[in-house]
Amino acid sequence: MTDKNGFFDLSRTGLTRRTALKGLAAGAGLAVAPGFVRYSQAQSSAPIKIGFQSHRTGIGAAYGRWYERTTAAAVKAINEAGGINGRPVEVIIEDDGTDPGRGAEVVGKFATQHKTDIVYGTLFSHVVIGSAPAAGEAKMPYFVVSEGHHVASTKLNRYVLQPGITDVKSQIQAMAPWIAANAGKKVTQIFPDFAFGYDHRDYLPPALKAQGAEVIAQIAIPPTESSFTKYFPQIPAETEVIYHVMVGPAVLTFVKELGEFYGSSRPQLFGFIDSLEATDINSPGLEFLDGSHFWEGSPRYAQPDDSATQKAYRAAVGIDDNGAAVGDPKDVSTAAHMFGCWETLYVVKKAMEDAGYKGPEDRAKLVEATEALTEFAEGPEHPQGPKTFNGKIHQCFGIQNISKVEGGRLNVVHKTKIEDGLYEPEGDYTTQPL
Amino acid sequence: MHFGPHLLLAALEGLVTSAVLALTALGLSLVFGVMRVVNVAHGEFFMLGAVLAWAISTAISGHPALGFLAALVLAPLIVGLIALVSERLVLSRLNYNPEATIVATIGMLYIIQQLALTFYGPEARPVEPPFSYRILLPWFGYSGYKLSIIAASALLLMATWFVLTRTKIGLVMRATQYDSETAQAFGIPVDRVYAGVFALGAMLAAVAAVLIVPISQAHYLMGQDPLLLSFIVVIIGGLGSLRGTVVAAVFIGLSDGIISVFFSPTLAKIIATLLVAMVLVFRPQGLFGTASR
Repeated sequence: MTDKNGFFDLSRTGLTRRTALKGLAAGAGLAVAPGFVRYSQAQSSAPIKIGFQSHRTGIGAAYGRWYERTTAAAVKAINEAGGINGRPVEVIIEDDGTDPGRGAEVVGKFATQHKTDIVYGTLFSHVVIGSAPAAGEAKMPYFVVSEGHHVASTKLNRYVLQPGITDVKSQIQAMAPWIAANAGKKVTQIFPDFAFGYDHRDYLPPALKAQGAEVIAQIAIPPTESSFTKYFPQIPAETEVIYHVMVGPAVLTFVKELGEFYGSSRPQLFGFIDSLEATDINSPGLEFLDGSHFWEGSPRYAQPDDSATQKAYRAAVGIDDNGAAVGDPKDVSTAAHMFGCWETLYVVKKAMEDAGYKGPEDRAKLVEATEALTEFAEGPEHPQGPKTFNGKIHQCFGIQNISKVEGGRLNVVHKTKIEDGLYEPEGDYTTQPL
Repeated sequence: MHFGPHLLLAALEGLVTSAVLALTALGLSLVFGVMRVVNVAHGEFFMLGAVLAWAISTAISGHPALGFLAALVLAPLIVGLIALVSERLVLSRLNYNPEATIVATIGMLYIIQQLALTFYGPEARPVEPPFSYRILLPWFGYSGYKLSIIAASALLLMATWFVLTRTKIGLVMRATQYDSETAQAFGIPVDRVYAGVFALGAMLAAVAAVLIVPISQAHYLMGQDPLLLSFIVVIIGGLGSLRGTVVAAVFIGLSDGIISVFFSPTLAKIIATLLVAMVLVFRPQGLFGTASR
């Protein structure tokens, strides 16, 4: 291993201390260039800047794409109706690579370089948990659309809010009665071995116990796993229901291998649609799911009883009756989650209006105004349904859908009530200093 | 499940992993053995094979086996061509300088990965297996296609062995591996051999990916795991040793299958990595490698 041509010999590439210093100076000059401060004097007419921490690449990329589309549609609607406090909304997107480390860097970049008013839009729980300290340190309101229980657990900080999508603990509690009554009493859980999976691991057993059912086995699977057959022998033979929550690209394999393992004599299946977001339910190998049930935040397929606002929302975002992009039936959406982006942006709008928000100096007021909200009525701004909001734990609570796979589509068979998913708060963010 | 069937399942799973790993690692080992190039972009050629298999099999309608067979032939050829072009454009211009080629192949890794993201997208997409026969064992069902992967991989490995040891092309390659300067003096077009070997290495990865894609899916990040495992296999087996690569692949595949079934997948990875460390300390040339001259 010799460096014959001197590729790594710095003295030969002409990189001297002087050129290095020149480069540094040029870089510093760029950072203070006029483009970065243009609006600082004209805050009243300048756009409200929303920093969108997007999973554009990495395992969350399919979610990221649809979160971006939903955000674009909501921002378009908000701007056409006059913006927020008379100011247009501008979204600045930074890719976090679905990576917690990069997530924190992105929050820092929004705070110091883009100087956005808020940061918004993160889904994956490990990225939220990784980014939250950076948001708290920068005193940057961080509106996540993550579904995880980490916000409501009050283990993050006062600047992290989740007003657009119900957390997992509440979802599980709301659905447990249906699972115990309709699917079976002996449940085996299969979940990913990281934060989002742990919410399911920790909250399903007590929720089922309250209904006279029990979790008889819990199987954690590493998030990078690509083959699952080797885990299936751990499923006890007396299992009546397999409760599966898998995320990431390997989910089709998971279902296919489960099908090969069990054949036609399978236990009942109950899953979180997270497994199959952005995936066509009619993909080869998924026939095995026919007759099984899924949680859906918002239904992917248009339902007969869809409200007018739901229809308008679907049209605005650009999804057809099968939940795929209009004009491209293969481009299936992440319908069960992305409504949260739409609703979160309208909550931000409401809170900014309540706070009389003018600029980054009002960020603390924005957090307090959000905490003061209690209810979101169903309507164009909240097409998924009505919600309540608990300002102490920064978490909203809405209705959940249980859908059955039949005839190659997902039909909603049960809707929970908001009360089904309420629990005792575990803490209080409002006691923390701003 | 009882111990016997449980072990059978673990062994079957392990053999499937081994089969794919052996092909992928052989490509990596060949490139290093002949060219002394550590190809960090090897996993991306694997990913390209899977992505192309998806593109080809969806473009061809009719019975899924038709699309799959077309993919099995075309995808490796296209990947080989891409590898050939990148070898000519990048590696040969660096004169195969070991350090420079590592950096260059890291660059290729990112370029190929991001191009796949741009043109193919972030989704995991399935490819239909050519046949879906479910073997019903008394204790559990198993995919017939998975067993056919093991057979196909064994055939391909034998074919590679035949080419390397019984044909003139193989002789030329071995001569170049043994001493490239002397080979050149004897009229062997060393740079063409290098180009061919690099393409062949990529094609082996691509063919492994085509075989695995009906039970996995095509995804733009799928090249990372095979790359890591291939390095483990190649280091244990000995860089440039065909026999060592195959033995190490079977060993790593089986131990991964069995340990992760009975204990945990993390433990399997820990043991494999520990083994690499041990081999590097006590037998740096690998179990079957010959010490470098």
